[in-house]
Amino acid sequence: MAKELFFIIVGSVFVNNFVLSRFLGQCPFLGVSGKTETAVGMGMATTFVLTMTAVAAYFLQNYVLAPFGLEPFLQIVSFILVIASLVQLVEMVVLKISPALYNAFGIFLPLITTNCIVMGAALLIPMNNYNLIKSIALGLGAGIGFTLALALMSGIREDLEFADVPEALRGPAIVFITAGLLSMIFMGFTGLVPLG
Amino acid sequence: MQIIKDFVNGLWNENPIFRMVIGICSALAVTTAANNGIAMGLALTFVLTCSSILVSLLRNVIPSKVRIPCYIIVVATFTTVVDLFMKAYFPALYEVLGIFIPLIVVNCIVLARAEAFASKVGVARATADALGMGLGYTWAITLISMIRELLGAGTLFGYQVMGDGFTPWISAILPPGAFIVMGILVGLINMINRKTVKDTDCH
Repeated sequence: MAKELFFIIVGSVFVNNFVLSRFLGQCPFLGVSGKTETAVGMGMATTFVLTMTAVAAYFLQNYVLAPFGLEPFLQIVSFILVIASLVQLVEMVVLKISPALYNAFGIFLPLITTNCIVMGAALLIPMNNYNLIKSIALGLGAGIGFTLALALMSGIREDLEFADVPEALRGPAIVFITAGLLSMIFMGFTGLVPLG
Repeated sequence: MQIIKDFVNGLWNENPIFRMVIGICSALAVTTAANNGIAMGLALTFVLTCSSILVSLLRNVIPSKVRIPCYIIVVATFTTVVDLFMKAYFPALYEVLGIFIPLIVVNCIVLARAEAFASKVGVARATADALGMGLGYTWAITLISMIRELLGAGTLFGYQVMGDGFTPWISAILPPGAFIVMGILVGLINMINRKTVKDTDCH
């Protein structure tokens, strides 16, 4: 059990990093990775939402959708509604605790709702038949992987500002190419855990 | 006239992938083969068009304070339709596209068009805009997937195109290839666009 949990977390942080190898959560990855401070804050907010969503998705799937046979019709609708309410909750908490952080997040905090990493992780749970502990591990691993990718990217982009980038590649283009190189580095982790 | 303008807008000027750079997740993930690109594009076009029409029809009924949850439910409904349809009729394709079909529900393009366009205009203009955006998305990801398939496997739509001497560049169909091809294409489109802008400035 402990070994499996380890594989799930290491798998989703390094081997199949949710951002660099599964391509989930690209919007904030491109949008909020300009400054390290904001990137880490965004990563932590997303990790929190992800873990909560994993728990909610597990209970919703196994105690509401599956027993009543609603799974094929209401899965997408009910998951997105749960995620939207959780994000609203996080937004209210952040605004109360740290207005500065709230302002720094800007539009991207409400956008966690439409961050496909959250919905993606929620959908992966019933797909893999994870139990509660494994679901939490997946949510946490996805969040840490997302934070890691964002933090690395923001560090590179801060240096990139001083680089002499060809005019046409400025903006998103050079960020994509950098992400490609970063993704190539993460491919080095392949084989670290057995596939599955 | 306005309708044609709305339609063409999404194809080039405000192309969701290359110009606005939104809805990138699926554009990077499923573009390993040209067929996947077309299938994903058509699925998104369907959801986008249907939700834009419905949002436009309901624009005077939905209270502005709860509009986002309303849009999300509309989008989720049509995504479920596509999801069940593909699962029933194209199981092989559904297997390949994986979670990215249900993830249309959180695709920024759909929600962005509902919020920024369909909720403000009539049905005809909303439909034209949604079709333009959807087809703009479709040609963009089909182009990306054609390049990746050609470089990574030497085939195009499953047919062998490259000669025997060709060594596939496997990285192109692996994750890094997606980012790099995407980056170069966005750069190229920027360059073309700047050139045309400059040309019109001269004349």
